[in-house]
Amino acid sequence: MRYQLEGSQAIAKAVALCRPKVVCAYPITPQTHVVEGIGEVVRSGELSDCKFINVESEMAALSVAIGSQATGVRSYTATSSQGLLYMMEAVYNASGLELPIVMTLGNRAIGSPINIWNDHSDAMAGRDSGWIMLFAETNQEALDLHIQAFKIAEKIGLPVMVCVDGFILTHAYEPVDIPSQKEVDAFLPSYVPTVSLDIHKPLAIGTMVSPEYFMEVRYLAHQKQIDALQVICCIGEEFKKQFGRNSGGLLSEYKTEDAEVIVVTLGSIAGTIKDVIDDLNSRGKKFGVISIVSYRPFPADALKDSLKRAKMVIVVEKAFAVGIGGILSHEIELIMKDTEVEVFSIIAGLGGRSITKPMLQEYFLRKKYEKATFLGLKKKIIADKYEVRSCSNQEGSV
Amino acid sequence: MFQVRIHGRGGQGVVSAAEMLSVAAFLEKKFAQAFPSFGSERMGAPVTAFCRISDKEIRLREPILEPTAVIIQDRSIIEFSDAFQGVINGGFVLINSPVDVQNDLKNVTVKCIDATGIALEHIGRPIPNAILLGSFAALTRNIGIDSVIEAIKAKFAGPVAEKNIAAARIAYDKTVEEIQCGTS
Amino acid sequence: MSSSTLSGESSKKNSTIQSRRSRNNSLTSGHRACQGCGEALGARCAIDAAYHAAAGKITVVNATGCLEVFSCSFPENAWNVPWLHSLFGNAAAVATGVAAALHSQGKEDVRVIAQGGDGATGDIGMGCLSGMFDRNDDVLYICYDNQAYMNTGVQRSGTTPPLARTATTVPHKNYAGSDPQTGKNVAQIAMAHEIPYVATASIGNIQDLEKKVSKAINIRGSKYVHVHVPCPLGWGYDTAETIKIARLAIQCGLFPLFEAEYGKLARSTAIEDPISIEDYLKPQKRFAHLFGKNASSESLDILRKIANSNIEKYRLGKTADD
Repeated sequence: MRYQLEGSQAIAKAVALCRPKVVCAYPITPQTHVVEGIGEVVRSGELSDCKFINVESEMAALSVAIGSQATGVRSYTATSSQGLLYMMEAVYNASGLELPIVMTLGNRAIGSPINIWNDHSDAMAGRDSGWIMLFAETNQEALDLHIQAFKIAEKIGLPVMVCVDGFILTHAYEPVDIPSQKEVDAFLPSYVPTVSLDIHKPLAIGTMVSPEYFMEVRYLAHQKQIDALQVICCIGEEFKKQFGRNSGGLLSEYKTEDAEVIVVTLGSIAGTIKDVIDDLNSRGKKFGVISIVSYRPFPADALKDSLKRAKMVIVVEKAFAVGIGGILSHEIELIMKDTEVEVFSIIAGLGGRSITKPMLQEYFLRKKYEKATFLGLKKKIIADKYEVRSCSNQEGSV
Repeated sequence: MFQVRIHGRGGQGVVSAAEMLSVAAFLEKKFAQAFPSFGSERMGAPVTAFCRISDKEIRLREPILEPTAVIIQDRSIIEFSDAFQGVINGGFVLINSPVDVQNDLKNVTVKCIDATGIALEHIGRPIPNAILLGSFAALTRNIGIDSVIEAIKAKFAGPVAEKNIAAARIAYDKTVEEIQCGTS
Repeated sequence: MSSSTLSGESSKKNSTIQSRRSRNNSLTSGHRACQGCGEALGARCAIDAAYHAAAGKITVVNATGCLEVFSCSFPENAWNVPWLHSLFGNAAAVATGVAAALHSQGKEDVRVIAQGGDGATGDIGMGCLSGMFDRNDDVLYICYDNQAYMNTGVQRSGTTPPLARTATTVPHKNYAGSDPQTGKNVAQIAMAHEIPYVATASIGNIQDLEKKVSKAINIRGSKYVHVHVPCPLGWGYDTAETIKIARLAIQCGLFPLFEAEYGKLARSTAIEDPISIEDYLKPQKRFAHLFGKNASSESLDILRKIANSNIEKYRLGKTADD
């Protein structure tokens, strides 16, 4: 059924439909409405056999989920930004222990300077953690991806992070179709753990692994991530078949068939980009858009297949590696290095800075692109800072 | 696309107003998107919220720069912010004020209504959001008053809903009447 | 029972669970602990007691530390119970998750233990521990306190006694070991949460340790047992002396044995044959600097005050009635 709902509420409904047995929460903006929503569902009795635990930190939130998932029940938590960093040790632990926990990441910038608004710095900080990372473009996708996330996680035996743009999606009211419990039950069978703490079959989970075995364990983790590409595709197809919506898979392509320039991005900004390129294409330009749904595992082959048809790739990214540049653009450059396709990077929307249609349009219509551009920089602020710096340098040299 | 920007202060239900407007549009089978000016606003601090209404799916996620309509829930906002910025030709400005507000807007319909007065009388609290939506329905004809009432019902329950609905209807009727009489 | 003579057991009434053939060997032999390890002995006795008291229905969460490192090394492990190691500072939270899962599965008869050393418990894991107590989660947390970070090479922890030498509190001209007026009492911190049960125990009194763990494991809500486990490597004494050192700590008053219920002291074990703190400190190299040529009596007074305060606070002295 269709509802006009806040993104966070839609996610909360989706998670509840997946019947988790343990949900733990520690508040951080902009993730709060998600866990409040689930807390409400649990306390009202709608999800009566679930334990909702208010914990004292993000470290505890994910640790509780590790404990409960290892005991054999479906477990969920959510966080953002500093919260992800605070639990980062447990983030790596959960994937190392191969626990199929699902976590929402309400994407937000990382301080200092402290900033509560949206960008993808938090997700990028977790990109090598071994989690599967899915990005949602709309609230409908956010809802759908959560339902798929549990299935993907449990099929592969790895945790899944569903990345949802903070405020832009989490706090936006949009129409969303919420499937019935029956439909979700038909798609997502109840969780049957492969390994769990069991008094009848006592085993030790999380033992120390010495240099003789460690390389192999890590290699197997690498292979497992790569194998996950296929699983994500299959479950995306399955979802489409059952729910009629194409919201999963590895990539979401828009007008890329004969595009000369393909814009690649992650998350909600793809919508605005689609509006911009529709305008441009109506004026004879040939732009297409790819939003990456599965950022981890990185769909290198699928991406390359689509991008090699274009002359140029522009990556719109909401995070960067300080002193290096775009992160996603670097990864794309790497896979395109044996082709003629040129890759350019727009770093935009940091710390919640608006990315507007005119800004993108102006960039896309430029005659020549820089390798990397910080979109919409206020030059005056930077010039003033440089002036201050050069003054103090002069003072320093006297 | 009909784009609405709502200005007010924390505690006045600015975000709820955008939400209710989007729900009202949704009930009329339109596509709607509502979102707040993302921030950690406290009680009394200036707040902005947005609502887009369209016959087609809405993909755009930028803040509303060129609104079709602006709703000002607290007129003190006008003094220090450019609340009227970008209103399109033929657009609307609805201001919560018992008296006319000076402005230099051209080709824009400006309407003032004492929403706080109506709120205090009929709801008992100075929360003008539902009342302004009632007036908005009459002013813009973009949304039906029945849909606004349904949206209020979806947001509130019991006596709070009843009082807000009654107040919104009063504002709607008053605005219809004033427009017909040609007064502001 | 005739088998008791066969197995060398004395009368059943006074025998420990550990001395019985029926013990589970929860932490079985073949692990890699040091000779004379107090923590290995403590964990073995505590988990076997819990296993016995809960009719074998226990699950153990282990923090990173000596106990974790020496008891498991892929592909081997020494645990005869379901056992999970996650991280250094999160054992209490992981155990909360285990308990929550068991609750949602309707298996509340399976009892949950979290265990770790003093660093994992009172330092890096303090937040998670306090959260677990705050929520009164149905977990027994056992801390094996050897008063420093032994796993990393004997660095100071929050339970290192004042004046003790560690690798990061080496005595020098102006410093006599760990600084005076430092250190925290984790059992008291646990009591401040007013959880159903807090106890201290020692491998110097196995019967008492087993009794307390056995009692704790079947109480609903949060329980905390703080076990004193001397470390021959870190403390600098002969490996055969572990039990003796543990007993001396009890006898001099520096390690009080008590039980608390809902934040209030309920019972304590009076010292049978009191000794001076010197008798306890002297055999340990970590306190050697207190007895050399340059030793000051003030230093010993600091520790003496702690012992005396314990004796008074926990009523460890023999009363006239005794």
